[in-house]
Amino acid sequence: MSVLVDSKSRVLVQGITGREGAFHTEQMRAHGTNVVAGVSPGKGGQDANGVPIFDTVAEAVTATGADVSGIFVPPPFAADAIMESAACGIALTVCITEGIPVHDMIRARAFVERARTLLLGPNCPGLVTPGQCKVGIIPNHINIPGPVGIVGRSGTLTYEVIQGLGQAGMGQTTSVGIGGDPVLGLTFSDVLALFAADSQTRAVVMIGEIGGADEETGAEFIRSSGFDKPVVAFISGRTAPPGKRMGHAGAIISGNSGTAQSKIDALTAAGADIADTIEEVVRLVGERLGARAL
Amino acid sequence: MKLLEYQAKQQFAAAGIPVPAGRLARTPAEAAAAARVLGRVAVKAQVPIGGRGKAGGIAVVETPDDAEREAARILAMDIRGYPVRSVWCETGLEIDSELYLGITLDRDRRRMAIIFSAAGGMEIEQVAEEAPEKIAKLWPDPFVGPQAFEVREMVFAALRHAPQLRAQVLAVQVASLTQKLYSLAVSLDAMTCEINPLVLTPDGQLIAADGKLEVDENAHYRHRALALELAQDATGDDGRTGDDPFEVEAERRGLTYVHLDGDVGVIGNGAGLVMNTLDLVKQHGGDPADFLDVGGGASAEKVRNSLEMVLLDPRVRGVFINIFGGITRGDEVATGVIAARDQLRITKPLVVRMTGTREEEGRALLEEAGITPAISATEAAQKIVALTRDSA
Repeated sequence: MSVLVDSKSRVLVQGITGREGAFHTEQMRAHGTNVVAGVSPGKGGQDANGVPIFDTVAEAVTATGADVSGIFVPPPFAADAIMESAACGIALTVCITEGIPVHDMIRARAFVERARTLLLGPNCPGLVTPGQCKVGIIPNHINIPGPVGIVGRSGTLTYEVIQGLGQAGMGQTTSVGIGGDPVLGLTFSDVLALFAADSQTRAVVMIGEIGGADEETGAEFIRSSGFDKPVVAFISGRTAPPGKRMGHAGAIISGNSGTAQSKIDALTAAGADIADTIEEVVRLVGERLGARAL
Repeated sequence: MKLLEYQAKQQFAAAGIPVPAGRLARTPAEAAAAARVLGRVAVKAQVPIGGRGKAGGIAVVETPDDAEREAARILAMDIRGYPVRSVWCETGLEIDSELYLGITLDRDRRRMAIIFSAAGGMEIEQVAEEAPEKIAKLWPDPFVGPQAFEVREMVFAALRHAPQLRAQVLAVQVASLTQKLYSLAVSLDAMTCEINPLVLTPDGQLIAADGKLEVDENAHYRHRALALELAQDATGDDGRTGDDPFEVEAERRGLTYVHLDGDVGVIGNGAGLVMNTLDLVKQHGGDPADFLDVGGGASAEKVRNSLEMVLLDPRVRGVFINIFGGITRGDEVATGVIAARDQLRITKPLVVRMTGTREEEGRALLEEAGITPAISATEAAQKIVALTRDSA
């Protein structure tokens, strides 16, 4: 089993003719993803290496039954693309685009909520259920199937953990990158709830960073929901100076909130194991899985 | 993009929000001229940070001579690293009460929050800590904006603890003001749009006595004209000399860079990974000189530009480049690193750790150019710390 996407997912790519859209569509297909359609306004009727292109998401859904969308369009058009996907009833919209204005995202997120669909991202690496379906930009070769669920805010750190676990022989049910923007779709708590319900996920790795309170909310979810799978957490930015925005729009310590310590404290109180390095993440997950097997 | 007080007030005025009459002065003589027209004025330092009053950057003067003298004093000041380039000379207000009205991003609710309080004139964070009951908030529906009834609820809630104020009258006034301020915040892509204090005069008018406006960096492309106007208006040059010169240069180059105190240059892709790289350097006894995130899908040119940027700081003894390719491709990174090394004749140690998309192509290019890539970030961190210590 897995969460959010699997071999039955029918994937649509918005922005399939752009540089990133074209490259990563091929990468996604190489990982076994069933990419059924592309959307690029004005290019309907063409195809991208055999994937039919449509002018609108509505047409693509009617023609192909797509139920997941990956968005690779530039920031000025990305919020519109999210809303187009949600309006067409796409169950899960994954937005990779970085740099979307906050006011655009506030509207797009409210729109998605009203359409009762799910949004992952923006400014995220997407997600992968190894060997079945990948939507986004997580490098292909590091993903192997296994019992670990991964949810991370930072894309590249999530790759580090996937790779580290894989090299130690531990694969994933699904790896989910929620993204680093201040206004985003699925949160740590949302993804933790999905892992809680997935019988094959036997341990979860949570990769957080400074800024905001999403990790604390995730910790509260672990505590209050009786989450019964081991959680190993890693927080980056422990040496970041307060008041400086560290790259991600969301990664900033303001006053006393958003510090690494507050997140580590909340997660420790919720019973999670805290790792100081990626190597320690791998070791702790191995121990927890081993202990469970006995 | 942070607007100065007078720039924010110009935006308020254009949006129909009352502000005191004022004039900008860049010299003491201009301040004297302003006082001749306006009479009794407050001479206020124009710097993009709070706490100007406490630092001595605001003076209330009765005569043009005093205005000239005080302006000369304030224009010579440097307030927490920001040299004062101009003063805003503004007519004093008769004050009955000082209120607060602000709009800011509430990331937990994923919406803008409108905040109102009868305790204006101090930092709202301080009010929130000391007397949270004096603050009321509202999170407007982004599609319809704040409605009058919501604003009334907010105002009545906030004024329960200020019985001296006539809530009924104020609620109507604040509702109109809130809708104007909200429209302004949306049209300018403001992350923060704040009136503090919002002065209630004895004759019952509400006037924005101070203003703070910060525009979302991601939305700069929609406000190029404003940015240009502000840059020229502010100081005659780029108006950012109060900032760290390396960070100003990085901004000019379009790079996401934060200057730190150490001597190990750090470049990586993805904010989380770069932060973790800083943590790793520290764990292994080094001291990072910067945070530089080349972002997703960086071109060879961007990598070259980044390396050049990091090495501008003469304290940097070596650079740790940590790349985990997803959307970023290893061959692009390698090409950029090699181009920078050859063009800039870099002799300081470079440690490149590369994995992910097109890592084999990238590693082959590096090895061909005589740079040995590392595979694990930990190994690379140990290596750069050892190398930069040796050259100390």
